[in-house]
Amino acid sequence: MSISRASPIRWLNEALKAAAYRVQSYFGLLGRVLASAVTRPFYWRDLGQQMDTIGVASLGIVALTGLFTGMVLALQSSVEMKQFGATIYIGRLVGASAVRELGPVLTALMVTGRAGSGMAAQLGSMRITEQIDALSTLGVDPVRKLVTPRFLAALIMLPVLTVIMDVIAIGGGLLIAVVKLDLTATMYLRSVYQSLAQTGFIFRYIPIDVFGGLVKPLVFGGIMALTSCYYGLNTRGGTEGVGRATTQAVVSSSILILASDYFLTQLLIALLIE
Amino acid sequence: MSQTVPSHDPTGRVVMLRDIRLTYGSHVVLDEIGFSVRRGETMCVLGGSGVGKSTILKLILHLEEPDSGYVEVLGHDLETSGRAEIFEARQRMGMVFQGSALFDSLSIFDNVGFPLFEHTDLPVQEIRRRVREALSFVDLDYRRVESLLPSELSGGMKKRVAIARAIVHRPEILLFDEPTSGLDPITTRTIDNLIVKLRRELHVSSIVVTHDTRSACRIANRIALLQSGRIVFIGTPAEMLESDDAYVRKYLE
Repeated sequence: MSISRASPIRWLNEALKAAAYRVQSYFGLLGRVLASAVTRPFYWRDLGQQMDTIGVASLGIVALTGLFTGMVLALQSSVEMKQFGATIYIGRLVGASAVRELGPVLTALMVTGRAGSGMAAQLGSMRITEQIDALSTLGVDPVRKLVTPRFLAALIMLPVLTVIMDVIAIGGGLLIAVVKLDLTATMYLRSVYQSLAQTGFIFRYIPIDVFGGLVKPLVFGGIMALTSCYYGLNTRGGTEGVGRATTQAVVSSSILILASDYFLTQLLIALLIE
Repeated sequence: MSQTVPSHDPTGRVVMLRDIRLTYGSHVVLDEIGFSVRRGETMCVLGGSGVGKSTILKLILHLEEPDSGYVEVLGHDLETSGRAEIFEARQRMGMVFQGSALFDSLSIFDNVGFPLFEHTDLPVQEIRRRVREALSFVDLDYRRVESLLPSELSGGMKKRVAIARAIVHRPEILLFDEPTSGLDPITTRTIDNLIVKLRRELHVSSIVVTHDTRSACRIANRIALLQSGRIVFIGTPAEMLESDDAYVRKYLE
């Protein structure tokens, strides 16, 4: 009787301890990454390679996502707006949605699916084939060599990709506005500008929405790289473990990105707009 | 290849383990493990699968920490050493992993030259010379292999490249994890001869983890036999072959 009562408590205790340990090691990894980002040696070549893998190689998928998102946004909203004769405001809707939310979030999710899964799989394979242990035995810190370049590359490339996504999404909307809704390009683009300018400017020339839209990918990039590397480094159990780590990396990164988006939006509104 | 520079420990001891105990949860992996290895000596850790042989190498490299006991490597107490000191100690060791653990995205040249690129300011020409010297030492034709990727090599060649990578920075201690597992008898003999050659020509201390008794007897100065995480025998190959201990006899048979 006492055993059956104690078991769920013990199970809960063990589960909580394991969760606390995971959180601790996740932030421990973050601490080591930040420390190695500002101390020698630096792996510039690895950073360059990762910027290419995360940024340049993701351009295609980000461009396509942006194009179709912008087109769909314009098309869907035109159905409702036509009823009120407000199609001239399509640009406002596409511009605000793309720059504030869809650009940063969709870019982060697409890059997570493409590059984050690759990071987890690559580090996971290196873990199970003892290549990470080999690095340690050769006197090289695996976090400094493998994680820090990926983390920094994601911090640099996510905002760049987000700007590209924003521009292409606005372009997609423009295509629909001109071809299907009989708006002129000037009307559409003026409407986009009005939506971005309405919340004001920071540093005199940068619309607050654009600034906010660049802060978010910085955080999302960090989350994506750190989470993917964390699961990759902690891979256990052969090739099956690599598959599991990859899935966990993508799922956890995506959830953390979506959840942090809400809190970041709250914070940015409080700091920049209110 | 030129000789390694020995550390200045008057006892001649390069590795010492004392009263090591390691558990994973309730499972005892190692218990009361203790032995030392002298400069230029080859120690084989022999035993069946899952008795904790490879874990001993991880303890020496500080990839694992014991629950209790003392690990000393090249005069460093690993328990009290900081991260930088441990990395420094590791740079004076070389490790050959069971699966070779070559970096699959790098060519053979970059794999073997990796420790030199990482830890020295040597010009590329000098690194190239040393890499070729190491590859020749392990009887590989550098002209044929240095531009290949690890995936293009056979198991035996990978092992030899792994040994070349482990010796290229002229370490004082070499650790081998099952260096002959999965290899045919001829390649096994080649690897064994290489380990003997390393001791004879470079005066390197080696700790070789293996389950292969024949191999161990060929290469070792001393053998430690493990059973369920405990050392049941330690002595020379000749002493082991003559031992009356029931477990030693059973293992040899």
